[in-house]
Amino acid sequence: MSENKVKKVAVNTTINGEEMDILVDPYISLLETLREVVGITGTKEGCNDGNCGACTINLDGRIVDSCLVLGVEAEGKNIETVEGMATPDGLHPLQQAFLEEAALQCGICTPGFLVSAKALLDNEPDPSEERIRHWLAGNLCRCTGYDKIVKAVTKASKESK
Amino acid sequence: MHPFNYYAPESIEEASKILEKYGEKAKCLAGGTDVLVQTRGEKFDLDAIVDVKKIPELTELKWTDSHLVFGAATPCYVLYEDPKVCEKFPGIIDSAFLIGGIQIQSRASLGGNLCNASPSADGICSLIVHEAICVIAGSSGLREIPVEEMCQGPGRNALENGEFLVSIKIPLKDNKFSASYERFIPRNEMDIAVAAVASSVEMQDGKVSSCRIALAAVGPTPIYAQAASELIIGKEPTEDNIKIVSEKAKEIASPIADMRGTIEHRKDLIEVLTRRTISKALERVGV
Amino acid sequence: MVSTPENKNYKVIGTRPIRHDGYDKVTGRAQYGADIKLPGMLIGAVVRSPHAHARIKSIDTSEAERLDGVFAVMTAKDLPRLGDVVRGNSEESGSEKHLSENVMAFDKVLYKGHVVAGVAAKDQNTAFEAAKKIKVDYEILKPVIDVDQAMSKDAPILHEDYTCDHLGKEVKNSNVAAHVRHENGDLENGFDKADLVVEKEVDMQTVHQGYIEPHSGTAVWDEEDRVKVWTSTQGSFAVRDSVSKVLDLDVSRVKVTPMEIGGGFGGKIPIYLEPISAVLSRKTRRPVKTMMSRTDVFDATGPGPGGKVKVKIGIDADGKILAAYADIRLEAGAYPEAFIEAAAKCVFSCYDVPAMKIDAYDVLVNKPSSAPYRAPASPQVAFATETVVDEICKIKGYDPIDFRLLNVAEKGTRTALGPKYRTIGLKECLEAAKKSDHWKSNLNSNPKTGKKRGRGIASGYWFNIGFKSSVNLSLNPDGKVALIEGSTDIGGSRASIAMQAAEVLGIPAEDVRPSVVDTDSIGITDVTGGSRTTYATGYAAYNAAHKLIEEIIEKAALKWDISKDQIEYSDGVVKSKTDSELKMTLKEIADDPPGGPIVSSASVDLEEAGGGFAVHIADLEIDEETGKTDVVNYTAIQDVGKAIHPSYVEGQMQGGAAQGIGWALNEEYFMSDDGVMLNSSYLDYRMPIALDLPMINTIMVEVPSEEHPYGVRGVGEPPIVPPVPAIGNAINDALGLRLLSTPMKPSRITEALKRKK
Repeated sequence: MSENKVKKVAVNTTINGEEMDILVDPYISLLETLREVVGITGTKEGCNDGNCGACTINLDGRIVDSCLVLGVEAEGKNIETVEGMATPDGLHPLQQAFLEEAALQCGICTPGFLVSAKALLDNEPDPSEERIRHWLAGNLCRCTGYDKIVKAVTKASKESK
Repeated sequence: MHPFNYYAPESIEEASKILEKYGEKAKCLAGGTDVLVQTRGEKFDLDAIVDVKKIPELTELKWTDSHLVFGAATPCYVLYEDPKVCEKFPGIIDSAFLIGGIQIQSRASLGGNLCNASPSADGICSLIVHEAICVIAGSSGLREIPVEEMCQGPGRNALENGEFLVSIKIPLKDNKFSASYERFIPRNEMDIAVAAVASSVEMQDGKVSSCRIALAAVGPTPIYAQAASELIIGKEPTEDNIKIVSEKAKEIASPIADMRGTIEHRKDLIEVLTRRTISKALERVGV
Repeated sequence: MVSTPENKNYKVIGTRPIRHDGYDKVTGRAQYGADIKLPGMLIGAVVRSPHAHARIKSIDTSEAERLDGVFAVMTAKDLPRLGDVVRGNSEESGSEKHLSENVMAFDKVLYKGHVVAGVAAKDQNTAFEAAKKIKVDYEILKPVIDVDQAMSKDAPILHEDYTCDHLGKEVKNSNVAAHVRHENGDLENGFDKADLVVEKEVDMQTVHQGYIEPHSGTAVWDEEDRVKVWTSTQGSFAVRDSVSKVLDLDVSRVKVTPMEIGGGFGGKIPIYLEPISAVLSRKTRRPVKTMMSRTDVFDATGPGPGGKVKVKIGIDADGKILAAYADIRLEAGAYPEAFIEAAAKCVFSCYDVPAMKIDAYDVLVNKPSSAPYRAPASPQVAFATETVVDEICKIKGYDPIDFRLLNVAEKGTRTALGPKYRTIGLKECLEAAKKSDHWKSNLNSNPKTGKKRGRGIASGYWFNIGFKSSVNLSLNPDGKVALIEGSTDIGGSRASIAMQAAEVLGIPAEDVRPSVVDTDSIGITDVTGGSRTTYATGYAAYNAAHKLIEEIIEKAALKWDISKDQIEYSDGVVKSKTDSELKMTLKEIADDPPGGPIVSSASVDLEEAGGGFAVHIADLEIDEETGKTDVVNYTAIQDVGKAIHPSYVEGQMQGGAAQGIGWALNEEYFMSDDGVMLNSSYLDYRMPIALDLPMINTIMVEVPSEEHPYGVRGVGEPPIVPPVPAIGNAINDALGLRLLSTPMKPSRITEALKRKK
């Protein structure tokens, strides 16, 4: 193994509206950065290879699997996670709809679904069932069979209009 | 995973220098959807990751008189959200729209797909049938190669030490040209092709004046099935003629059996998908 | 514990309140297994065997120990060696020796991914790097990867020292850990008299529960030899028992705090990493957290048994079943217990069978030790039975619902293991299926060109276990109730338990606040599994709420200085029966009650809840050229007893159906000849995604259980049983093909079509 000095990197980034300076190992994922360095654990690890979407976050307006982004890539970026969805005034309509429609059972995939669905509704206020299912194809849920998740997203889209 | 350093050069020259310095111990990072997974899986033992997304040429999309040119790190969504690309190159969009899910498409690029050189890559066949050209940078400047020469074997590409892919050029065609890509997967998204085919056709006076067929997941690299493509050139695109091409494509396919499919199923699928993609491409040129 | 279901208009039961834990789960606040962070915490990593079957010759940990940032290294030498004591019951059974060996191999590795060593380091990457530096020398043995190979002569033997039980006979040197038989009636005579006998053998691949949260285990071993464990589990008391056995500690030295659990489906009943983190903590005196990767989860946890099941059924000229035989061979994996008794209980559970014989074999193979997976072993046997039944209907031209109704199991029908059914609702489910919009709809409305459609129906059963649960209640000064329980909440059980207490107390569901607490803070509560939680812990909550009312009345009597029998309680108000001036709300009585705060507690140990039955209808659309199958319409019908929170009952039905559909169509352990799972990622394991499924229609049939005051039955498990045969039967309807192996994947469909031509 070669001698390769690896130092932590200072990263300036904005997470859920809060600008911060963090120090990260250049080889760790943004997922690990959020959970271990920033200390917010709402973003979950299900597979660490981009196939479950439990770690979905919003990076500069696009949803990404944070396990497939390096923490250092957060430099200068705007990141939104599940923790940033509700405001002091209340839940985001999607969060409320997930509760009302019982769109979660164990809840581990829920943060990823919420962040994904929010990005959809931010751009398309009235998606069809087919469109919702296509948009959420990168988010695995093993508990619900997706039925109630699709209904909750539909409900939130109708209510936020 | 062996700890590695991160570089984000802002020019081609700067990137070349870093890549040359580290040699095999460095990899480019575009969307990261393959390279990070493979590095964690210890396919590579890296000292450096070179993020190429800050180099302007790597992410720009432009139209020249003769080509559509897009940077190697251009994410899939940039292509399919561009109305002009959608209109001119629906076959490219077929690929860009089905790689991974929405999360992956925010990051993954056709350039990365090409460099990763997977036999089952969803982007490469489409590029082959569009006669795409790879623009490669190295210490001695830029060079160009046809996209079908890029993949050398599973996970092996034609890049020399210190080289990296800058952009992809797709020659502009008139509206008598179109293409289509279709893969077979058991699920409806988020899957690796069991077999896949891209076909392009150009029509003149009711006959096929040019045709390209490329096959994925049925050989060590995506295959340009030239021998099959040629069978329909100069002919009318009848069902029988399409069938002949499809049978030839099936013959060319030389898949292995693995967890994703059997040899027989893969070969059969190539026949079906060749038929379907030629028909779709024809439909797109209005035949 | 038998009572008649209360028959009244419920105020809380049957409504759909927002679950109490929901807010934490939609905001990212809920803490799952991997989310815990303790001061000074180290990260653990394990070394796993690359071989499916091998003897460990030596382990050299020296290089790892020297690495910067490494705090401790362990092997099985650091665990006590346990004798071969068989313990436990039902879904937690097994021997202590095997329990321990499955955590970490002593002499022999029995599956790829079997843990052989562990390390604790300053961070995850250092721990992984250190684990790679542990050198293990193996003598590679030939692996056994399926039941045929395991049962063949000259098969390599997994456990040379294990005493197998073959129909009561002690046998050594066999891979058949157990062979059981259940017989009733004159089987030969039944088959002799039969007008038609149909026999089929199905072959099921190993599958995984597929929960999205990987396993983790965090522990602190303190100077007093007390071990604190934080983990995501279906049973904190089961973890306490298992950890205390593996570490040879009294149970009271182990305290388990359950984290939120990100799915389990049975797979989060066994322990894996908890004792390893504990031993690493003993060596470092620091908290240690160890986590699995997704590949670890596939390689070394879970799976639901694969295997082969042969079923033979004979009917008379009127279509009545005369006799049935089943030969069930299921993969236990590396250690015994493939749930063969459950298989025997379930195989003919939907039918009135006058003569039957069931042989079931628990077969050891070099795969991870199988764990319960939602109605363990029932889908495997249902695939065989329901395929045979469908074939009988096809041959004789019977309507598949009418045939099932003609032979339906109902109250009084003898079950395979002897006892007769109490009130069950299969007949009502079949009738509901017959009346459903789906069954009456036109299958071929709007098909895509070039595709074939088919409809299949199948039924299924799970018996629903009972066992122990404890609940404590306390009335807070604001008149609201705190409910303390030990059932980890995998999908809304806090709500369904709290709602039962709220119903008794006549207060809104939101006014009962449930908390799931650690093993020191509540009485023993068995696992969240076997579909027992809403039934048994709900029953404990029901009893505790009644006791709380007694307390309230007692306090009111003291306060008013009248006799208790002059006081009544309803809907949150305690009042005198005679003096209308004397009444108090819960808030008023809870404010400084005489003699101390108002609390109650109750515990139960229950019999089975009365079985749950499901009938599913599946419409498929199949591309004959590619073998691609899409589910275009799906209806799940189920006797749910009494739906406490209907949304979560529907959710169970839909989720079970989705898992069953994945099992039927694509999911499998794709094994190399060396016994290595080749598709150990979500990418290649191919669980259904949102685009793979239609809306799943649900029809809840409510035939109350006799065993529960509100008639609750378990609802989680029956819905995974019918999908595999329903889809197989639909494929047969569409293409005229009987696929007898799972998964019924595209290549199998096209191959079968070619054979047919």
